[in-house]
Amino acid sequence: MVKIGLEIHCQLTKLKSKLFCSCKADYREFEPNMNICPICSGIPGSLPLLNQSAVEKATTIAMALNCEIPEKIAFFRKNYFYPDLPKNFQITQLNAYGDTSIGSRGKISVNNKEIRIRRIQLEEDPGRLIYEGATERTKITLVDYNRAGTPLVEIVTEPDFENPSEVRIFLNILSDLLENLGVSDPGLEGAMRADANVSIEGGVKVEIKNIGSFHDLEKAVHFEITRQQSLHEREIEIIQETRHWDDRRKITVSSRGKEEEGEYRYFLESDIPWVNIRSDKKDQLKTTMPENISSKKERYISKYSIAPQVADILASDKYYSELFEKSHSENDAKDIANLITTDLMGLVDTREKRDSSKLLATHLSELVDAIAKKRITRTSAKDILQDMVKTGNSLSVILEKGDLNQISNRDELSQIISDVLSNEENAANEARLKPETINFLVGKVMQKTKGKADPIVTLEILKEKLGI
Amino acid sequence: MDLGISALNYVTSIKNGDFTVEEFIEKTLERIKDVDEKVHAFLQVSDTALEKANKIDRRIKSNDKIGKFYGMPISVKDNMCVEGTITTCASKVLENFIAPYTGTAVSRLESDDAIIIGKTNLDEFAMGLSTEFSAYGPSRNPWNTDFVPGGSSGGSAVSVSANECIASLGSDTGGSIRNPASFCSVVGLKPTYGLVSRYGLISYANSIEQIGPMTRTVEDSAFLLNSISGVDSNDNTTVEKSHHDYLQNIDVGISGKNIGIVSEMTNSDGVSTEVMNATNNAIKTFEKLGANCEEMSLGSVPYAVAAYYTITSTEAGSNLARYDNIRYGYDFDSEGFEFNSYISKARKKLGPEVTRRMILGGFVPSAGYAGKYFLKALKVKSKLTTEIDNAFKKFDFLISPTVPIQPFKFGEKIEDPVSFMLIDFNTVTANLTGKPAISVPYENSNGLPIGIQIMANSFEENKLFQAAYALEKTVDLPEVPL
Repeated sequence: MVKIGLEIHCQLTKLKSKLFCSCKADYREFEPNMNICPICSGIPGSLPLLNQSAVEKATTIAMALNCEIPEKIAFFRKNYFYPDLPKNFQITQLNAYGDTSIGSRGKISVNNKEIRIRRIQLEEDPGRLIYEGATERTKITLVDYNRAGTPLVEIVTEPDFENPSEVRIFLNILSDLLENLGVSDPGLEGAMRADANVSIEGGVKVEIKNIGSFHDLEKAVHFEITRQQSLHEREIEIIQETRHWDDRRKITVSSRGKEEEGEYRYFLESDIPWVNIRSDKKDQLKTTMPENISSKKERYISKYSIAPQVADILASDKYYSELFEKSHSENDAKDIANLITTDLMGLVDTREKRDSSKLLATHLSELVDAIAKKRITRTSAKDILQDMVKTGNSLSVILEKGDLNQISNRDELSQIISDVLSNEENAANEARLKPETINFLVGKVMQKTKGKADPIVTLEILKEKLGI
Repeated sequence: MDLGISALNYVTSIKNGDFTVEEFIEKTLERIKDVDEKVHAFLQVSDTALEKANKIDRRIKSNDKIGKFYGMPISVKDNMCVEGTITTCASKVLENFIAPYTGTAVSRLESDDAIIIGKTNLDEFAMGLSTEFSAYGPSRNPWNTDFVPGGSSGGSAVSVSANECIASLGSDTGGSIRNPASFCSVVGLKPTYGLVSRYGLISYANSIEQIGPMTRTVEDSAFLLNSISGVDSNDNTTVEKSHHDYLQNIDVGISGKNIGIVSEMTNSDGVSTEVMNATNNAIKTFEKLGANCEEMSLGSVPYAVAAYYTITSTEAGSNLARYDNIRYGYDFDSEGFEFNSYISKARKKLGPEVTRRMILGGFVPSAGYAGKYFLKALKVKSKLTTEIDNAFKKFDFLISPTVPIQPFKFGEKIEDPVSFMLIDFNTVTANLTGKPAISVPYENSNGLPIGIQIMANSFEENKLFQAAYALEKTVDLPEVPL
């Protein structure tokens, strides 16, 4: 049996400041080394000042993953050399002196299978190295500490996955969960990273690091399973080691560097006193915690009779569910849900589109109301929605400007349809013989009216005129 | 004008108009010029002190509100950051490190209108007890310049003792304030861990070290502590102080108090005859003052030095890891070096004692050895803390000689690291347990000082000052012969 375990690093991007200083947690907008201070750049004499909100957010994650949370947490130093590490040690957590990490022994259900969470720890992200022209001739490595000290939560799972697709599904669920909790924006570049460890039946554990994206993670795990299985078939010994994912060649490569020796000389970081996680604080966090995705989905299905697939899409995506929550009422919930998951989805499917979207929740309720009252057609609703996303204009402004009111006046429609029929003689004749081809003519009417014709009335008149 | 006056008397004199701040600072700078080539207390002397003095004088004239130090010259150990000044830790590695900010203790003194007169010498990164490990040459004992001044805050002790300033800030990781205070006949306080902010103090062993005052009198020590102590938003380990004026009731005496004489620190083979005699005299004095003195035992004290060096080396190995010549140090071309040889060359800038402790610090907490060394040391630390906590249920104070021996000559001890370490025997307990401890000048034998150490329970600095003050009032020590 294949066993796969994961170590996921998730930046708490929703925090204002870094884990131990007041520099911005969102370092992405800065020029290199412009988001640093004596603390995060490790200037002698500076001391770490623990960001209490980071502890709260990490606690929330631990609760959402059903972890045990200790009464007191502690921080440790992980000592190793790397140029991206300003102090040459990383402040992190470790379950020494009992359980002192923010969460232990959690679980999460993935497709009805339970995945166990071994540990969750709060730690600081290192800086970044940029290899500029790293060729034989110009070996230049630039160091940017803007990221150093960004709050990071490491989630370590037990080796409970059996194949790459379970890994992928888990990561999607986890990513939605973290976004839903309001702790992170997993869509941001580098906000979520993962390492994997893989072993096959009877084999040793091989760690894979340096995986750039979740997409590559699935590939790397897949490659590693195949590699180990083929070694096994040829009776070649699988070595317990750390391997790096080679993004260019799409293979894993053994890393024999000295930094892999795992001698970290962990000891307590005494500059940060132990933190009490009081039970009243936990209760308070629990009550203010956003509703979780599965109960949200259940509610959508049972309360509004929304189809399960639609409810799933709505609940898993924080953006959609927030939009839904703000716009719907008892009566129009189902219509709004459908509008979001059919017409809106393509308009705001990327981070960039969402960022630039001017759509408001009220737009959706206006639109659904207008459709119900037959003021506009379903077809023109899609165009109006596009306009709303682009301009932020209200329905009435768009209708006034764009003449998108539905045409259901029989006389007006009758005239239009006569024109269409005289231009489409062949089609009309065909429709008389084969009534199912009438839809072609309906389409022509819609085309002529730019989608404003009431489809039901149009059909009635067409049938009348064709005598079918 | 007497440059050797106490801080409190200085303030009175300035208020009385006996002399101006500028006059005092001018004389102080002259004194430094005269004697510092003999004693080498300073690594750097302020070039803005006179200007600052002049400003304070003008504010005094126009009846502005003046901070309680009235422009008094105070020196600062060169392991504390003062914005815009080179802060070397007496190391070649930080030869060109200009601190971009001022640490809390120093900035509190400055905002109370003290003038930072200069940065004082120390053993490199505060590792040592004689200043012989300073990369810039040792300081010398003003009582006899053939002898070491103690350390690591040797320069601070010398600067106060040789009348080159009125008071100084030192730091104490295992005795680094109290040892040189004892050797140079000044008052040195290691406050309770957490009472004084460490923000700006360049870490050596951050779990046990504290900044503290080095002064001529016990009252001056309380006077400085009033300014530098208390919670600081830049140091999460600080706590709110329980006393807002340590001078208050400093003279109530110690009648009826229970004093424990720590037998491991007082009656061991390592204690010299002169020091033992002085300690016995001090015990008699305490009894005369109405205290009950009783010999007692702290069973883990004989293991304290070993635990101390294990823990401090571990922390030093981590705290000093950043000096890798990538961010600090000196530039040299990396061409022709691979990683290990580059780091090895860069680290050659560190002196022998720092190197020794870095190597030790890489070993004692490492996988496979941590259980044998580091974790055992932590057990000693926690056992010692339990023992001393129990002792303070019965005793108000615990006393001993500050250092088992008197100052020694240059080169006399440095060759034997282990016997060198044992000089810390009496001081490390206060650091490992977080307790406050003070060294009070008590005798002068063969022309060299001897200090008595008093320890109290956590955050009982007010009581500690009362005992120290009572003892101080009974002694009459000679003037420094320099």
